[in-house]
Amino acid sequence: MAEVLVLVEHADGEIKKVTNELLTLARTLGEPSAVLLGGSVASLAEKLGEYGAQKVYVAESADLDDYLVAPKAEVLAQIVADTSPTAVLVASSAEGKEVAARAALRSGSGLITDAVGVSSDGETTQGIFGGAIAVQAKVTKGIPFITVRPNSTAAEPASGAAEVVTVTPNISDAAKGAKVTERVVEAKGGRPDLAEAAVVVSGGRGLGGAEHFDLIEKLADSLDAAVGASRAATDAGWYPHQNQVGQTGKTVSPQLYIAVGISGAIQHRAGMQTSKTIVAINKDPEAPIFELADFGMVGDLFDVVPQLTDEITKRK
Amino acid sequence: MPMNIVVCVKQVPDTWAERTLNASDKTLDRAKVDTVMNEIDEYAVEEAIRLKEAHGGEVTIVTMGPDRALDTIRKALSMGADKAVLLSDEALHGSCVMQTSDALAKVIGTLEYDLVICGSEATDSRLSVMAPLLAERLGLPQLSLARKVTVEPGSSVTIERQTENGYTVVTSALPAVVSVVEKINEPRYPSFKGIMAAKSKPTTTLTAADAGLEGELGLAGATSQVDEFTPRPPRSGGEIVKNEGDGGTKVADFLVSQKLI
Ligand SMILES: Cc1cc2nc3c(=O)[nH]c(=O)nc-3n(C[C@H](O)[C@H](O)[C@H](O)COP(=O)(O)OP(=O)(O)OC[C@H]3O[C@@H](n4cnc5c(N)ncnc54)[C@H](O)[C@@H]3O)c2cc1C
Ligand SMILES: Nc1ncnc2c1ncn2[C@@H]1O[C@H](COP(=O)(O)O)[C@@H](O)[C@H]1O
Repeated sequence: MAEVLVLVEHADGEIKKVTNELLTLARTLGEPSAVLLGGSVASLAEKLGEYGAQKVYVAESADLDDYLVAPKAEVLAQIVADTSPTAVLVASSAEGKEVAARAALRSGSGLITDAVGVSSDGETTQGIFGGAIAVQAKVTKGIPFITVRPNSTAAEPASGAAEVVTVTPNISDAAKGAKVTERVVEAKGGRPDLAEAAVVVSGGRGLGGAEHFDLIEKLADSLDAAVGASRAATDAGWYPHQNQVGQTGKTVSPQLYIAVGISGAIQHRAGMQTSKTIVAINKDPEAPIFELADFGMVGDLFDVVPQLTDEITKRK
Repeated sequence: MPMNIVVCVKQVPDTWAERTLNASDKTLDRAKVDTVMNEIDEYAVEEAIRLKEAHGGEVTIVTMGPDRALDTIRKALSMGADKAVLLSDEALHGSCVMQTSDALAKVIGTLEYDLVICGSEATDSRLSVMAPLLAERLGLPQLSLARKVTVEPGSSVTIERQTENGYTVVTSALPAVVSVVEKINEPRYPSFKGIMAAKSKPTTTLTAADAGLEGELGLAGATSQVDEFTPRPPRSGGEIVKNEGDGGTKVADFLVSQKLI
């Protein structure tokens, strides 16, 4: 069967959930092989077999971590040239898209980003204009490079041989132009990753201050949810901007999105419109967020949210 | 040392407008909607003007789009950019991102610059890959998703790249390609003086042939194609309930009914 490459997304020595989703998806297109790039990553190879990877191409070099994007794109293109896969699947993260784009260019191929589905013939489904239109598209030149959004497919375990194929990376000097000198972590840990979470609870200007975000955090914790925020809230410094949902923040498609004190501006919608179920809590019955809501509660969040958190805790 | 800066600016349909695709060739319908400068590109222009104000030099706007994109160019010039190049040709209609990056790289290649600045993402395509593609094509360092840019004119550029959980400091020699996120600054409004001055600033319009573009252009040569599109029915049937003291309970009831808790 034809090979399908999946670029592994990993951080702090852990494979991201989206990679398991992509391996699951790749099984419907052909035989999944994982591509594992980084300074010291070989120990992760075995895990990839748990989601069906038959082969794992492992390329290790400190340059892959020390310089931005270009080395990864070069090595991915090198592996693509060696294996001529039917498709290359990459997570639609900020870096994933960049690596995919540069590697596609080097391979003389086309690129489709932010797919939420890929059929067995390589036809992709995407939502455009904030989800208002569903588009079916395909790559028509070279090897399809497709970036896929987290939460597009449910990850299902399957056993794969995970045979390690060691690749010697050929990284050019030109790819070593942008040097990473420092990595700074600002976000609070402990909660699920926003882009990957099954449930997201977001707060907006309606919270009225940083001190009230604990209402959002408590509700989120009762649901094992990630915390999001509107730009009004991140701009005011009430919550870290890494948690911003929207056009210039993260795009999320969880099973459940709860918007609290958020009006539903177009730029916010662009990041959450494809959520499966949307609940809005807002005191203004005219707030545009209600146009999207599967369930809307018109009321003061300071009354509704604590009661909701209590009820959820009771019923779980 | 002065800094010459190229800013890539795209004209896009207004995000608030009802946007759609042409039924015939399934490309973006630009005719029926109001157009604006891609919002994040205003931040790119602002950053370029600030660097110019600090170090001297010239800011050149580069746009690929139909002739009406001159409106967007005029806005960038009235904010304070010095000159502009518009690449406009019917043959470019329906270009994919690979073709657009080729066209922009060819135009940029004719200019003198220390830095190329893009926005992080266009509101219509939402690809977020132009800066990486331009870096690849021009053989320059990629410093993308910057929330802060510092330059040592004639020597180096350092950015804070926004990441999932914080930021990464990335540095390179000049010239380089940068993209900026909207946290980077607060774009200025064009002043009356700026608007007047823009009228006499030079804008060059190029055809595909002028830019040295060859091969199959536009839709015919695109590396990806749209086969079908369907407007999603607006989300409807949502239940909207007023809080009467039991609002939290009602929301919890809904979550239970949907098996979400
Ligand atoms: C280039 C650009 C990019 C942008 N990117 C993003 C982005 O990525 N993400 C994003 O979110 N925004 C983005 N924005 C900003 C966006 O346009 C809106 O300004 C923002 O989303 C508004 O946030 P908000 O809904 O929290 O605030 P508001 O619009 O002020 O809404 C607050 C809501 O809270 C309600 N409220 C107030 N008090 C209470 C209460 N006690 N109980 C219940 N409800 C209450 C109000 O009725 C109101 O509806 C962007 C803008 C630009 C120009
Ligand atoms: N046709 C175009 N003309 C000029 N700049 C463009 C064009 N398309 C994209 N860009 C630039 O690339 C950035 C990212 O766009 P995109 O990769 O399409 O999301 C934009 O913010 C612009 O700076």
